[in-house]
Amino acid sequence: MSKHIDDSIEVERYELFAEPAYHFTLELERRDFFKLLGGGLVLVFTLDAFASQESGRQEGESGGRRGQSNSAPKEIGGWLHIGEDGSITAFTGKVEFGQNIRTSLSQVVAEELRVPISSIRMTMGDTDLTPFDMGTFGSRTTPTMAPVLRKAAAAAREALIDLAAAEWKVDRASLAVKDGKVIGARSKQSLDFGKLTKGQKLLKVISENAPITPVDQWTIAGKSVAKVDGRGFVTGKHRFTSDTRIPDMLFGRVVRPSAFNATLVSVDSREAEAMAGVKVVRDGSFIGVAAPSPQAVARAAAAIKVEWKAEPQPSSKELFDYLRKQAVESPRANVTGSIADGFAKADKKIEQSYTVAYIAHAPLEARAAVAEWNKGKLTVWTGTQRPFGVRGELAEAFRIPEERVRVIVPDTGSGYGGKHTGDVAIEAARLAQAAGKAVKLLWTREEEFTWAYFRPAGVIDVSSGVREDGTITAWEFHNYNSGSAGIQHRYAFPNQKIVFHQTKSPLRQGSYRGLAATANHFAREVHIDELARALRIEPLEFRLKNLEDARMKAVLNAAAKAFNWGKSKSAPNRGYGIAAGFEKGGYVATCAEVSVDRTTGKVKLVRVVEAFECGAVVNPDQLRNQIEGSIVMGIGGALFEAIDFDNGKIVNGRFSRYRVPRFSDVPLIETVLVDRRDLPSAGAGETPIVGLAPAVGNAIFDATGIRLRSLPMAPNGLKN
Amino acid sequence: MQRISELHVNGTRLRIDADADRSLLSVLRDDLDLTGSKYGCGEGQCGACTVLIDGQATRSCITKLSAAAGKKIITIEGIEKNGRLHPLQEAFLEADALQCGYCTPGMIMSSVALLSKNPNPSEQEVVRFMEGNVCRCGTYPRIVTAIRKAAQSMKGGGR
Repeated sequence: MSKHIDDSIEVERYELFAEPAYHFTLELERRDFFKLLGGGLVLVFTLDAFASQESGRQEGESGGRRGQSNSAPKEIGGWLHIGEDGSITAFTGKVEFGQNIRTSLSQVVAEELRVPISSIRMTMGDTDLTPFDMGTFGSRTTPTMAPVLRKAAAAAREALIDLAAAEWKVDRASLAVKDGKVIGARSKQSLDFGKLTKGQKLLKVISENAPITPVDQWTIAGKSVAKVDGRGFVTGKHRFTSDTRIPDMLFGRVVRPSAFNATLVSVDSREAEAMAGVKVVRDGSFIGVAAPSPQAVARAAAAIKVEWKAEPQPSSKELFDYLRKQAVESPRANVTGSIADGFAKADKKIEQSYTVAYIAHAPLEARAAVAEWNKGKLTVWTGTQRPFGVRGELAEAFRIPEERVRVIVPDTGSGYGGKHTGDVAIEAARLAQAAGKAVKLLWTREEEFTWAYFRPAGVIDVSSGVREDGTITAWEFHNYNSGSAGIQHRYAFPNQKIVFHQTKSPLRQGSYRGLAATANHFAREVHIDELARALRIEPLEFRLKNLEDARMKAVLNAAAKAFNWGKSKSAPNRGYGIAAGFEKGGYVATCAEVSVDRTTGKVKLVRVVEAFECGAVVNPDQLRNQIEGSIVMGIGGALFEAIDFDNGKIVNGRFSRYRVPRFSDVPLIETVLVDRRDLPSAGAGETPIVGLAPAVGNAIFDATGIRLRSLPMAPNGLKN
Repeated sequence: MQRISELHVNGTRLRIDADADRSLLSVLRDDLDLTGSKYGCGEGQCGACTVLIDGQATRSCITKLSAAAGKKIITIEGIEKNGRLHPLQEAFLEADALQCGYCTPGMIMSSVALLSKNPNPSEQEVVRFMEGNVCRCGTYPRIVTAIRKAAQSMKGGGR
């Protein structure tokens, strides 16, 4: 934990802390841009102007964690090029993983340039072509990258007006931009963008506020626009990393250790090395092989005889005891008021423990990389959420300057926080280096389940005190290992103590959609339900009584209204549950209806209504898509997903043993968008997941009287 | 080892030279560069590799080449006709029934098989038939909508 990347990164992004800090600088040299992009007009936006704003946002939601402004390197946020042919290309270091930001970012650029969205090309996640970016995580694209590109596009629009005004020798105030042209107000004069940029090499660096379009005048943003390059996906033509092909490339495979932390005892690779075209690489603990075909590489890998030595390690069944015992001493507590006073004023006190299992991201495209060395320069195509971070990892691994590494991220088969590290890129590059040819390395599903990293498991202890009238007077919350995201809340508790305890983890762990907000919301919202039930106060009313935050109340009321909360049960063994949450600038409230078959134990999620508020909505339909997806993904972690491990081995690392949500698990889903056009847009890829598990748990209690406090709640159904 | 020298894919006879016990998925992707069919699990559990063999939805990752030789194979690359998308492809786009899009080809191929068997499936029938296809992004409700929309648009002498 001694190495540091950025203070604003949540502590549970464990996978990131294993790396050194990198200092990126990009020289804004005019000739470089035009060499790279061709002539025309280039708008460069520096991120510095945004740092303070971002810092304020982070502080507000995280309760005193420092923002990023002090530590962020002077970096470029985004740039925009209008070519001499009028083509418009926006460049961002963000990557497309299914969150549909290629579309939403195109919308804001099209909006400001007054052109159809089909006119916009987005170049994303290519370390040679796009500005530095820390990574696509933390729901930051919409709040931080969209304004950058919006302002660059607005400034481009103004620059085009200037060019036209100079050309026509008229007052710029008489000109407007419409349909990809600058037009004169009274005359019939018009010039399209290409005519204006022809022969120009105009570079503008902007960091001040450009005149952006007010929300109430949006015509492209704020609308439901279909995925811009959707056709490539439905026809199978889009090339994911795993589909990338380079002439004469080899196929790679890594020979994996017998268990986690195993050490190499001996290797005999003579048989494999005798095979035609096979290259075996042994470098420290790394053993890999490259061969001309997938079959040849499989045969060669199977022929390598390796002996490993592994030490005894903790297993799933002792996990939670282990986490408590391995807690780091004297963590920082976040205290408000006096917890002792709070308990003294309480009429009732409840103490409960909650647990969450390790779960896997299981992105459908397993980790993949294609690596090629050419005259000392390394190019790697790989589906990572941190192209620049992985460039740094590669530069470090091969002891070469970052300028000699290029990472290209084709739009990727999802990640959910699971593709932050460069493991597969480094492995492919090592094989390619040894073989002297390009190498494609695709992890198998079993490797993806075993050698990636997991959402942290955790234990959460909650004690609370409440008065008979429903006022919560004391709140003490200890989270072991899960993380601190979402550990703070929007309730108005006068006395509280909140502590995150770091512990040793038996498994490699890291970021997951919403981070620990899934765990912390589960414990908090189930516990609040327990308090409400103990006092016989209606759970929605109980929450509202302990809330002052108007936005939180608004989503709760919106969800309750759409769900028809408070209606009587439709059938015996049916139950309703509610939960609310806040994270990464978004407010969420979830209502769930479950039915439980008391003979078979089968738990069926019948209906979910979720209200979500993330400021001004940029693309309503894609936002609904993200909310629905979060709910569906959340079902797995809530009810049945858990990594089972035994003595350094994953027991259930394949889809036939690790159950993920399928068609029949999906309830009737209704999303309610609370569109706050007066507030800046926040991201939406993560927060909609946090309410599902507690709402379902509370509904199961309502249906059965059984209180479930461990995620997953019913991996084998609900036994009496 | 027995070798296969020809495969009938998307209406065309293609020359190949591959071991009969290789997976059809590998031959499609690595030998024929038809990469629309995806690897997801290698055990027929996720449906990303789904193709049609003589009209049946088939998991190509666990289908040996020998079992596909001589039969009519249709992949995602083969359902667009003369630049016109298949109604299911259109419907997936219209319903935004995708996020990352990695499961999409397999979803669409399973749906093609479903609608050829049952041109007007109920929601429950769709769910039952599609249960073997995984979408980790969770777009299932939209996929159901897309399939039922396509079923409507294919009525009356469509495909």
